[in-house]
Amino acid sequence: MSFLALWLGVGVLGGLASLARFLIARLVAESTRGDFPLGTLAVNLSGTLVLGVLLGAALRGDGYLLAGTATIGSYTTFSTWMFESEREGEARRRVAILVNLLAGLALGLAALWLGRKLGGG
Amino acid sequence: MRPAEDPPPRRRRHVGGHDLGAIFLGGFAGSLARSALARGFPVAAGHWPWPTFAVNIFGAALLGYVITSRQERDPPTLTGRSFVGIGLCGALTTFSTMIAELLAMLEASRWGLAAAYATASVAGGLAAVLLASRLARRGLAGG
Repeated sequence: MSFLALWLGVGVLGGLASLARFLIARLVAESTRGDFPLGTLAVNLSGTLVLGVLLGAALRGDGYLLAGTATIGSYTTFSTWMFESEREGEARRRVAILVNLLAGLALGLAALWLGRKLGGG
Repeated sequence: MRPAEDPPPRRRRHVGGHDLGAIFLGGFAGSLARSALARGFPVAAGHWPWPTFAVNIFGAALLGYVITSRQERDPPTLTGRSFVGIGLCGALTTFSTMIAELLAMLEASRWGLAAAYATASVAGGLAAVLLASRLARRGLAGG
């Protein structure tokens, strides 16, 4: 794959993955009640599961750069997870902030592990 | 009394084609920057994942600044935050790669490194949003 095609792919896949993140997080947020940021959690956990599948299938090199780093890396997000947690802290919802952070980390590790099994790793 | 032409609640805002275009372009740029860093600075097993850590903390600060200054100055519009907030910050930062790095540390029994990386990412990310939001509010109050 040429240099230009590879990095154009990294950009285009990252852009499409960002659209998917926005639309799926919005759909989940609209179809659930309450203030807890389930949309971001759903996106992050589903993306981490797929990254696990890619790792389990031992994808490497340019394939991993395109599918893993660019696509799944852009689909999942750290900044919104932190932003929503910080705003829960400002609103003094201490339980919500702890649940959001700890559930994110614990379920994220579980999703990656499960994905890797599914991918054959 | 709310006038009948009040804008609809935030969750039901209309999403236009220009919003989707802005999210795509922001995501394009964020993906390029993070992927280039990952390729340019590979991290050996058992070492601190500086590329992921740096983009995550920087992206959290940028998102805090942009959303705070947009939301608390103007009536929030989706268009204003699509490019930088949802597209760029969303794609520049990553949750899945951080989790993969954490699991690799745990499986190598590097408990201290894993605990330090998880704690520094979460505490650093929260502090970055908090400080950037304060900075944006100070800018609003002063201007």
